[in-house]
Amino acid sequence: MTDPISLTLAEARDLLRSRAMSSKELTEAHLSAMAAARGLNAYVLETPDKALAMAAASDQKLAKGEGGPLEGLPLGIKDMFATEGVRTTACSAILENFVPVYESTVSSHLWRDGAVMLGKLNNDEFAMGSSNETSRFGPVVSPWRRKGDTAKLVPGGSSGGSAAAVAAGLCLGATGTDTGGSIRQPAAFTGTVGIKPTYGRCSRWGIVAFASSLDQAGPFARTVRDSAILLRAMAGHDPKDTTSVDLPVPDYEAAVGRSVKGMKIGIPKEYRVDGMSDEIEALWHQGAEWLKAAGAEIVEVSLPHTKYALPAYYIVAPAEASSNLARYDGVRYGVRVPGHDVTEMYEKTRAAGFGREVRRRIMIGTYVLSAGYYDAYYRRAQQVRTLIKRDFEACFEAGVSAILTPATPSAAFGIGEKVSGDPVEMYLNDIFTVTVNMAGLPGIAVPGGLDAKGLPLGLQLVGRPFDEETLFSLGETIEQAAGRFAPERWWA
Amino acid sequence: MVERFGAPPSPAPLPPRAEPTDLSRDAPLGKTMTAPVKTDKLIEGATGAFEVIVGMEVHAQVTSQAKLFSGASAAFGAAPNAHVSLVDAAMPGMLPVINEECVRQAIRTGLGLKAAINLRSVFDRKNYFYPDLPQGYQISQYKSPIVGEGEVLVDMPDGETVKVGIERLHLEQDAGKSVHDQHPSMSFVDLNRSGVALMEIVSKPDIRSAEEAKAFVAKLRTIMRYLGTCDGNMEEGSLRADVNVSVRRPGEPLGTRCEIKNVNSLRFIGQAIEVEARRQIGLIEDGETIEQETRLFDPGKGETRSMRNKEEAHDYRYFPDPDLLPLEFDQAYVDALAADLPELPDARKARFMGNYGLSAYDAGVLTGEKESADFFEDVVRAADGRTRDPKIAANWVLNELFGRLNKEGRGIAASPVSAGQLGAVLDLIADGTISGKIAKDLFEIVWTEGGDPKAIVEARGMKQVTDTGAIAAAVDEVIAKNPDKAAQAKEKPAMVGWFVGQVMKASGGKANPQAVNALLKSKLGIE
Repeated sequence: MTDPISLTLAEARDLLRSRAMSSKELTEAHLSAMAAARGLNAYVLETPDKALAMAAASDQKLAKGEGGPLEGLPLGIKDMFATEGVRTTACSAILENFVPVYESTVSSHLWRDGAVMLGKLNNDEFAMGSSNETSRFGPVVSPWRRKGDTAKLVPGGSSGGSAAAVAAGLCLGATGTDTGGSIRQPAAFTGTVGIKPTYGRCSRWGIVAFASSLDQAGPFARTVRDSAILLRAMAGHDPKDTTSVDLPVPDYEAAVGRSVKGMKIGIPKEYRVDGMSDEIEALWHQGAEWLKAAGAEIVEVSLPHTKYALPAYYIVAPAEASSNLARYDGVRYGVRVPGHDVTEMYEKTRAAGFGREVRRRIMIGTYVLSAGYYDAYYRRAQQVRTLIKRDFEACFEAGVSAILTPATPSAAFGIGEKVSGDPVEMYLNDIFTVTVNMAGLPGIAVPGGLDAKGLPLGLQLVGRPFDEETLFSLGETIEQAAGRFAPERWWA
Repeated sequence: MVERFGAPPSPAPLPPRAEPTDLSRDAPLGKTMTAPVKTDKLIEGATGAFEVIVGMEVHAQVTSQAKLFSGASAAFGAAPNAHVSLVDAAMPGMLPVINEECVRQAIRTGLGLKAAINLRSVFDRKNYFYPDLPQGYQISQYKSPIVGEGEVLVDMPDGETVKVGIERLHLEQDAGKSVHDQHPSMSFVDLNRSGVALMEIVSKPDIRSAEEAKAFVAKLRTIMRYLGTCDGNMEEGSLRADVNVSVRRPGEPLGTRCEIKNVNSLRFIGQAIEVEARRQIGLIEDGETIEQETRLFDPGKGETRSMRNKEEAHDYRYFPDPDLLPLEFDQAYVDALAADLPELPDARKARFMGNYGLSAYDAGVLTGEKESADFFEDVVRAADGRTRDPKIAANWVLNELFGRLNKEGRGIAASPVSAGQLGAVLDLIADGTISGKIAKDLFEIVWTEGGDPKAIVEARGMKQVTDTGAIAAAVDEVIAKNPDKAAQAKEKPAMVGWFVGQVMKASGGKANPQAVNALLKSKLGIE
């Protein structure tokens, strides 16, 4: 019989439904895989008791032929999602003792549909980072290593724990959040599939906020089909989030396998950035060829404001973050470091509770919103955002169904390699992904192949607003052509 | 939710709520000058006359069940932290959702102020740290408020009507409350008010005296109470004002203004303006300059003092709240609300003058409170559809009823005499059953003992004597006893008044004065 932790989510679902396997067996297999993989540091909190109780309840339902679309399927939850009664820290010291009395809308949708919670997954502190090295629980180790090398690599970030856990078989799927690439970049680094849906597709209620106008939840999975199944559960209108959109959620799985014949795929010339490796360039070309072979038409498009996206992003995101993180003040919950007066208490608490990168972004954000600087920075960045949106709109109006780009400018790098240097080095990881958040569009990262050192590389497809279905169809086309990639289990 | 949140030990109490002069905000007040100098409002300094210029920012709590962005109750007076939702406590991942009722109330208030309603407005974040501000920012409206320019007509006791321009009205969240006197080294925080909806109503600098300022706030309060959009209860903090004061010599450009924060009664508003104007005049006459700053009024010491210095001045880093979409509605929505507005004080006053022939003063006093105006109209319009004399009704409501209520410090809602009872008293006067004098005694009985006035009159024999036979006997007796005076009266007809008094006295006040008068005249041979 197949190793339960190598199954895809769709395969496991079918086995549970046919009663060929129980949720208990499936869940136990994952819990032992998690125990054996603690060296990867993917989970910051394991919830085995909860998992087994949920699995038992699922098995009862399945025995009666009942149960939701995700009944009995074990998943991991990024620590940015509030989970009722289960410690939720955003991987920050300032929330190290925080146990919410509420459940995020997205995770509650998963439990509504029968999924089983395995635990909370590591991420960059407050989702600020591209390598999962800013977590107060320490870095996540990627399950991938370079050929013939034991150097520890990053899984990407900020959803590094989610990406690593899915790649290493520590869950069938996981939730992530993506503010500037935090789902797509780690998916690309770990050979997994990650989709950031259109802004407004998933509710943000109960997700620790980083940058409200950019944050969006999405799934990680090992196949395009699995990510489609998960997104269908996660998405939907929520009256508690007025930025969530009241549109019906399509059956995304039905889009998987749909023909892409006749679709016009845009290749944006501005994405040929300086210093991009030949391997990435070749993969991009290969991706276009695969889609062409499936009947799509490849056209060159222009997104002229692309070069302003990253700088504008690093104004908008920190500005919103500086305000969103003001609530962590030591007064009501979380860590408090006493001081002689309230001002000193604030200063000591926030100095002790926030890590370096978070403090840096709070300071940048505070600066760009200051009197006298607002117009020069924040207002201009918002104007850039409008221009970026228009670039995409022009492409879509010209009949383009989706845009194909590399997901990242390079493969995964080593832990510690970029920490001490210029933070902008790290920020450049998001160069292909931030534009999509700035425009509020859906983007999917799909594995395209391995580089010469045996590390995964990903391709990104960017779609029209609320047209995730096309991304699943195109993503699966690439998946079919490229194949799937799994790391060797060196850690177990 | 825990009952109380302790703030950290602090040897010195927390600084006062910091809402100083806003550096980043365009100051609409004191920049423009619309009205001409009113010489009768000038204040004499040692070196000449000064004009006082006042603009107000009134914070009015919106009457609504729930808070502006959460479902928690907005009711006053609960145990600390009893009305706190996850949103109000700013738990991680919580999001604001606009309460449509508060939007409706803001639009209705705007309509009541004859103001422009903006079909699109934007909520911004005003960022600052304070323990009773859980989010670390207040959600407010900065550049695009829900209501634009309007105007309020303010009636002054001397009969003058002052027009005060409204600059804007916007919606914002209230903060919680810090309590500093419960623990030697800690402060407590009560979040019941946190997130409660406020309307900030900003006037133009059209006010020229403390009296006008008080009358302006009173008028705003009346309008909002008519609309049911704010209960106007200043003791409970439902209505508070920030007062911007500057002075200048007539004809000179505007002076530098100071903002006096959070004044919470009409009396204090007046006092604060007086003392602040005097302070500024004193400084100018001493050749000093006035610093633009935020000040606090101390009613105990009768002075204003600076709240903070420049080093501590805040930069609120306003930016549009990304958690909330712009607030948009269509003109049809506004029109429907406008069509549904109740009659407002100015219209009601005009109607009382036009339909009932009341004086401007009487109509103004009666319509100053919706309840008084309703009471008056209930007296005028009897339950059976009859109409009573409006002037007599107004006299009784204004003099007897209000006088008695004021004496006992009661409001009209707590009046022991109902409109129906007062109406019955007036009916008894009108049909000649009792005299006006007896009616006052009857009113007193109804006030203290209650009951049906008509039945009381029957039971206690208070009916006026209209039997001319009985009156004639009394008249004859008085004339017989005072032959000298009777003789004089023939020469001096005004003397008849003295006889009327004697006859009334003899009848215990029950004789019909008209009948007495007529009989006396004929018997004394006057005419």
